[in-house]
Amino acid sequence: MKTENGTPQTIYEEYLAQDFSDRERTSPALPLDRRQFLKLVGGGIVVFMTLRDAQAMQQEGGPAGRPQLPQDFNAFLRIGEDGRVTGFTGKIEMGQGIMTSLSQMLADELAVPLEAVDMVMGDTDLCPWDMGTFGSMTTRGFGPAFRAAAAEAKAVLLELAAESLQVPKERLKAREGVVYADAGQRKVTYAELANGKQILRHVKGAPVETPSEFTIIGKPTLRKDSVAKVTGRAQFAGDRNEPGMLCARILRPPVHGAKLISADTAGARAVEGVQVVQEGDLIAVLHKYPDVAQDALTKIKAQYDRPAPVADDKTIFDHLLQVAPQGETVAEGGNLAEGQKAARFVVEEKYLNSYVSHAPIEPHTAVAKIEGDKATVWASTQTPFALKQAAASLLGFPPQNVRVITPFVGGGFGGKSNIQQALEAVRLAKLAGKPIKVGWTRAEEFFYDTFRPAAVVKIKAGASDSGLISFWDYGVYFAGERGAAQFYNIPHHRTMSYGSGWGAPHGAHPFATGPWRAPGNNTNTFARESHVDMLAVQAGMDPVEFRLKNLQDPKMRRVLQAVAEKFGWSSAKAPSGRGYGVACGMDAGACVAHMAEVEVDKNTGSVRVKRVACAQDMGLCVNPEGARLQMEGAITMGLGYALTEEVRFTGGEIHDANFDTYTIPHFSWLPEIETVIMDARDSPAQGGGEPAIICMGAVIANAVFDATGARLLQLPMTPERIKAALPRG
Amino acid sequence: MKETIGFNLNGKSVSLEVDPSRPLLWVLRYDLGLTGTKYGCGEGLCGACTVLVGRRAVRSCTLEMKDVAGKRVTTIEGLAKNGELHPVQKAFVEQDALQCGYCTPGMIMNAYSLLLNTPRPSPRQIIESMDGNLCRCGAHKRIVQAIEAAAKEAVKNPQL
Repeated sequence: MKTENGTPQTIYEEYLAQDFSDRERTSPALPLDRRQFLKLVGGGIVVFMTLRDAQAMQQEGGPAGRPQLPQDFNAFLRIGEDGRVTGFTGKIEMGQGIMTSLSQMLADELAVPLEAVDMVMGDTDLCPWDMGTFGSMTTRGFGPAFRAAAAEAKAVLLELAAESLQVPKERLKAREGVVYADAGQRKVTYAELANGKQILRHVKGAPVETPSEFTIIGKPTLRKDSVAKVTGRAQFAGDRNEPGMLCARILRPPVHGAKLISADTAGARAVEGVQVVQEGDLIAVLHKYPDVAQDALTKIKAQYDRPAPVADDKTIFDHLLQVAPQGETVAEGGNLAEGQKAARFVVEEKYLNSYVSHAPIEPHTAVAKIEGDKATVWASTQTPFALKQAAASLLGFPPQNVRVITPFVGGGFGGKSNIQQALEAVRLAKLAGKPIKVGWTRAEEFFYDTFRPAAVVKIKAGASDSGLISFWDYGVYFAGERGAAQFYNIPHHRTMSYGSGWGAPHGAHPFATGPWRAPGNNTNTFARESHVDMLAVQAGMDPVEFRLKNLQDPKMRRVLQAVAEKFGWSSAKAPSGRGYGVACGMDAGACVAHMAEVEVDKNTGSVRVKRVACAQDMGLCVNPEGARLQMEGAITMGLGYALTEEVRFTGGEIHDANFDTYTIPHFSWLPEIETVIMDARDSPAQGGGEPAIICMGAVIANAVFDATGARLLQLPMTPERIKAALPRG
Repeated sequence: MKETIGFNLNGKSVSLEVDPSRPLLWVLRYDLGLTGTKYGCGEGLCGACTVLVGRRAVRSCTLEMKDVAGKRVTTIEGLAKNGELHPVQKAFVEQDALQCGYCTPGMIMNAYSLLLNTPRPSPRQIIESMDGNLCRCGAHKRIVQAIEAAAKEAVKNPQL
């Protein structure tokens, strides 16, 4: 990666080229100036990067106009006077393990022990501006810039060491935070080099390590945050308590879209120590204890005007098809009519996905404190910089007067890009003149969640006598286009997308929807891979052989073959009775293939997933241990949307308010899980937090078909739906 | 309507003036400043707030203060002794048995109670006793491995 392809230039190009066009746009907030920053973090060697640096390093012809990188001073790392390395990132840690993998990158590039690295994450005063932690972007997007900064810091250290030891740079070697000269005879530590200095350095393009030079990158490494997390010391937003702080419980409408007619707050006011604040429709009960505030809230008598429900969880699919906007072409090639002529058989189906909740165990929580013209917000959020901007505009403060600090986030999965709770805390802190904590109850979490959108996919496709797919006509409604384009070798194809999951036409969804782990791709992969299986059945072929016959992509072929080997797949036409299923997908630049074995109780319709194997090609894998955790987590979480998870509602009324009716995976569901990470260290790093979840719907649906001959066209595959789909007799 | 309620918390006696119907969870987190025990659902459905009363794992979000009077309560903060992680905590670290870490204190307390009462649990007993504790990140496989490892350690080391 030194000078040829993989130079910082192309990496930055990739970083700047990431398509966030369907995300809300926010302009970078003004960061601290250098003087303020150094005052906060102290002296030493600081490496920073500006947009100008990044643009200068970008190759000609690259995309312009996407301000992904900071526009002014922003530090990426600091070597302290004690020799410790601090990495700064606007990304946040919500379980995905980047505190560890980013530390590995710094430690490796800088030649320091992993234990010498500390990470400051998601603090808008200290960290470089960042769009948000989503899209499996940390390692593939931010990582290369981070490594480049570390390589720059090492260059500075070697220059200082050359001066200090009076030896040319070329004869120096750095190891474990020490620079050695003359075969180790003389040495100087990073701490000694940084001591008493204040060096600011731009990234100029010092070469990063090649994969053959890695000593820590690529090595399975245990999480850095686990001791804090097993002792209860790890701080989450709700663990923040400020002097004089009050906890808020907010009056909520019974259904989305309801209008408050009247509210009698006298009962709440009568509770000792309770303060009630009101501004327009916002009515909140404040108390130093959240449980007392909650009790008082129930004493408010409120009347609402409810809108008439437009759809419920059964009629929503027809409704969505009715209100769908014009489609956009995602991919196209050949001529569908010609492809249809070449087909010996045609399969046409419609696939349905319900709304699914993020349901992190930590509900949305935030603490806001306003002092004079400055505000500080501690929030469980995936988008601290967007929150900073929004809080500043809500308060009428200049953005630099608002600091967002992101402690550990207790799960996000896309849902904590929604910053509503933090803005509520800010608004109430202003109204009350005191620090305010807003911690949503589980019912609020289900009510205000930006659900994975309900969606419909229509596919018509056919194959020739020889088992080659001849045409593929695909339309996805309201899931979005991620993962919609098929990757098989099909001469005549068209993929259309009608309405994305968020930013849908007004009235399409009765409540908020948003990105949910691998947004769109779970829906698209379920439909595509179910349909490919049905084509294989019609062609009279084993589903793996059928896929390989229609697949040319070498990366996808390799992962499919790898998972087949791990799983122990043997050729058989479905339904074979074995209960085996297969599915492939692409997400965030990675290729994944899954196989599953299920057992179906035909009397009850319930499914037991006995084992799941998954192979993943994610390019360079920084922390194979962390990547495996993510894969296992994705597979386990994916059992939920495949089997039980669906939000029940009537119009804007959400019937699921807690985990008693909304069932997420339990220990007793746990299948045997096997993971394979392809060795691809010479390829650029790709996403790892999301890909392994995308096949879970299809792999189980295909396994259920193989077990029973029942083809499930709707997720989740509840016992009722399975029973209804079972072949009669 | 406040009462003086005394109990043993992580090996020390505490006594406080408190409304006896308040849930232990919030008293721990606000009155006593122990924030390791987490709120997840408020109805005893997720296990994030699990603590021990005596040797039994209970949901502190639905346990009223009056039911704690005179009892011995252990929270996640009380598990490590003299800076040494308890074998269950150690096993969670060594097996990477967590991701976001929010459900972790409840998982560990539930597992700790299991091993106190059933030092050599079968795989089935582990699954059954953990089934009411929810993890959204999907760390289940590692959590089961960690409990198995801790159980092995406990047999060797009767400290448990």
